[in-house]
Amino acid sequence: MELSAEYLREKLQRDLEAEHVEVEDTTPNRCASSFRVLVVSAKFQGKPLLQRHRLVNTCLAEELPHIHAFEQKTLTPEQWARERQK
Amino acid sequence: MSGSVGRAAAALLRWGRGAGGGGLRGPGVRAAGSGGCGGGSAEQLDAMVKKDKVVVFLKGTPEQPQCGFSNAVVQILRLHGVRDYAAYNVLDDPQLRQGIKDYSNWPTIPQVYLNGEFVGGCDILLQMHQNGDLVEELKKLGIRSALLDEKKDQDSK
Repeated sequence: MELSAEYLREKLQRDLEAEHVEVEDTTPNRCASSFRVLVVSAKFQGKPLLQRHRLVNTCLAEELPHIHAFEQKTLTPEQWARERQK
Repeated sequence: MSGSVGRAAAALLRWGRGAGGGGLRGPGVRAAGSGGCGGGSAEQLDAMVKKDKVVVFLKGTPEQPQCGFSNAVVQILRLHGVRDYAAYNVLDDPQLRQGIKDYSNWPTIPQVYLNGEFVGGCDILLQMHQNGDLVEELKKLGIRSALLDEKKDQDSK
């Protein structure tokens, strides 16, 4: 399966109605694919971390089995605004 | 994956500097095997996650984690002085490796259970560690985080 950071970014943005998505390809050379994502979505409002991560996992259910390592950060728009002020 | 895990580990080390100087090997950590009989069924997994207050599923063992994310989980628990936990090595048992993913409805290893309840993977445990939630969750289990004592030491200086 051909995975690109851009493909994952578009899918997360679309399915999670995200206002901001960053996908970093953290794949070391000669290894399977690894990604780190930041998703900012109003859908995370009022949801604990576990549920937020489950939303992301569900969105990428087809892709995750092909991803070797996956890190995620899930923020609401408010949290994201605060984070940027730091 | 080494870059970010390296950073996380570095952050952990900064946090934990002087944390009791405890050795890597917690005396109470049991490298719980799955009995070699394929610990993959829902009933078996149910019993496994409920048998101990703190249960982790790792790639490798607490002494020798085989993956940066599993290592991060071990180091976080160590920082909090959690020594009495059950660790299952999914690399020992393919059925367990897939079984726990299905049971938790969670696609990756490591996985952490507190009081029989699924908490999450490495990212979640790390964030709980950073925002103080982990100290609270451990308190609910009757486990006093070693970081509390360390903080008191610093305050009194």
